[in-house]
Amino acid sequence: MRPGFFLKEALRSMRHSALPSVAAFASVLVTTLVLGVFIPVVEATNGAANDVRGRVLVDVDVASGAGPAEVARVRAELERAPHVGKIEFVSKQRGYEQQRRINPEAFQMIGYNPLPDIFRVTPDRPEHSAALRAELDQSSPLGVRVVTDPAIAAVRNRQAQTDRILSATRVIKITMALLAGLLVFASVLLVSNTIRLSLFSRRREVEVMKLVGATDWFIRWPFVLEGLFLGALGGAGAVGLLALAKVTLVDPLANAVKLVSQPDMIAFPLLVAVLMACAIGVSAAGSGISLRRFLRV
Amino acid sequence: MQASQTASASPAARPVREEEPEAASAAPAANALRPRTALSLAPEPRLSAAPERGAAPAVVEFRHVSKLYAPGDVGLERATFAIGRGEMVFLVGPTGSGKSTIMRLLIKELEPSEGAILLAGRRLSEIERKKIALYRRNIGVVFQDFKLLPTRTVYDNVAYALQVTGASRRQIRDRLPEILRLTWLSTKLHNYPHQLSGGEQQRVAVARAFASHPPLLLADEPTGNLDPETSIGIMQLLYRINRAGTTVIVASHDKEMVDRMRRRVIELKRGRIVRDESAGRYGAREEDTDELGERLRRETA
Repeated sequence: MRPGFFLKEALRSMRHSALPSVAAFASVLVTTLVLGVFIPVVEATNGAANDVRGRVLVDVDVASGAGPAEVARVRAELERAPHVGKIEFVSKQRGYEQQRRINPEAFQMIGYNPLPDIFRVTPDRPEHSAALRAELDQSSPLGVRVVTDPAIAAVRNRQAQTDRILSATRVIKITMALLAGLLVFASVLLVSNTIRLSLFSRRREVEVMKLVGATDWFIRWPFVLEGLFLGALGGAGAVGLLALAKVTLVDPLANAVKLVSQPDMIAFPLLVAVLMACAIGVSAAGSGISLRRFLRV
Repeated sequence: MQASQTASASPAARPVREEEPEAASAAPAANALRPRTALSLAPEPRLSAAPERGAAPAVVEFRHVSKLYAPGDVGLERATFAIGRGEMVFLVGPTGSGKSTIMRLLIKELEPSEGAILLAGRRLSEIERKKIALYRRNIGVVFQDFKLLPTRTVYDNVAYALQVTGASRRQIRDRLPEILRLTWLSTKLHNYPHQLSGGEQQRVAVARAFASHPPLLLADEPTGNLDPETSIGIMQLLYRINRAGTTVIVASHDKEMVDRMRRRVIELKRGRIVRDESAGRYGAREEDTDELGERLRRETA
C-alpha cells in the first residue's frame, strides 16, 4: 500500500471538512477530559471507602486477672479462628496512655487504669465482623452470651458503627459504579455519533469513490488515519488540560488534604497512557467501522 | 451502405457491422428484440480496449434479464440484447423505463432477479463482492448529476480515477494533460467543481470516466441537466471517445438528440425493449467529431 498517499488524503479531508473535524476533535477532547477527571475520582472514592471499611474492628477484652500465659493462649485461639485478618495487641498500659492523651482530664479524675488488655482484631473482610464476633462469643441455648475462653471477658464489634460504615460505603461504591457505567455509555454515544455525522456528510464522496473502482480499504485508510489524528489531537489536548489542572490545583492540595494523595490512586503517567490509548483507539476504529455502512454500494 | 460505425473501429468489430445492412433493411418491428447471433460468445477473461483478431465476444450481452425491485415493481423485463466492440448505443425511453436499471446492473450496483449479464463473455454473477472494485475499473461511468468529488480540483478529480488503480504520480502526470486537453479542460486544472459551469463539470466527469481508457463507457442521462448547446459539446466528446475504440452506451430521454446522433437505439418502455434499431439506414458517410457538432447545431437550431 502507499502510506504517503493515504496520509495526504487524510490531511486533505481534514482540511476540507473542517467543521466535522473540529466537532470530532472537540467530542474526543471533552470525553477524554471527563474520563481523565473521573478515573482518579472513582479511584480516590473507592480508596477512601476501603480505608473506612478497614476500620471495622472487633475488640476482644482480656479478663482483668489474666496473666501472660493466658494472653498468649487467647492470641493462639484468635489466630486459629476463621475470618481473622490482623491481630493487634494493645496492653493495659498502652491503652491507658493512648486514652489519656485524648482525654487527660477524665483520666486524671479516675486516678487509675480501668482498661483491660485488648486484642484489636481486624476481620479478613469487613462484612465478616459479625461472624467473627459470633465465633468468639457464642450464644448459649438460654440466650445468654458465653465467651469461648475464660480469659476473654467480652467481645465487642461496635455493631452500630460497623453497620453504618458498611452501608454508607456500599452506597458510595454502587453510585460510583453506576456513574462510571453511565459515563462510558455517554462517551461511546457521543464519539460514535460525531463520527457517524462526519461520515454521513461524506457518504456521497464515498459512493463516487466506489463507482470509480476504489477498493474498500483504499477508501477506508484515509478515514482511519483521520480518526487516528483527531483522536490523538483530542487526547493530547485533554491530557494537557489535565496536566495543567494537576500542577496548579491538585499537587498544591495534595500536601494539605489526605484524600487527594491516596496511595492506591492511579499514577499520572499510567492515566495518560490509558486516556491516549482510548482516545486514539476508539476514534480510529470507530471511523473505520462506521464507514462499513457506506461502503456497501 | 456501411455507415454507422466509426472509421477507427477495429477489424474485430466487423462481424457486428457486416450484419447491419441486413438489419437495416429489415422492418424495425422485426428487428426489435432480435439477438445478434453473429457474435461469438466465447468467454474472455479480461476486458481489453485493444481489439483482437479472431473471436469477438460482445462487450455487453443481456440474456433474458429481469429486475424486480419489489413484487410488482418491474425495473426490467426479460431484456435481451448484445452490444459489440466499438459500438455507440443509445438507450431511450421515459423515466422509469429501465435505462438506469440497465446501467446499474452493468456496474453491479444491482443484481438481476433473473437472466444473465455477460461482459466480454464473462458472467457478472461470477464476480465476487471483493472483486467488484477491480471490475468497475473496466467501465467509465458518467452521470446526470456529474458525481464529482467536491473537495478536489479538476486535476485531482480526474487523477483519482487513476490513483485507485495504483498508478504512480509520474504515470498520472504523464497521462492527465492529454485527457484534459481532449476534454477542453486544460485551463481549468486548479478549479473546484463548484467554480465550473454544468457543461464543464460534465466534461470533468467524462474525463474521469475515460482517464484509465476503459473498454466500456456508460453515460446515464449525461445531458439531462445541460442546455442544448452544452449538450452538443458533451455528445461530441462521447462520440470522439467512441471513435477512439471505446464502446459507449448512453441513456437518454432526449429522443430528438438521439435520433440526430444516427446511432443504434434501444428503446425501452416499462422495463421492456420495444425497439432495437441499428442506424445503418442513415447511409451517410462517417463523420468526424467536428462535422457531427456542426450538423447537430444545424439540426437543433
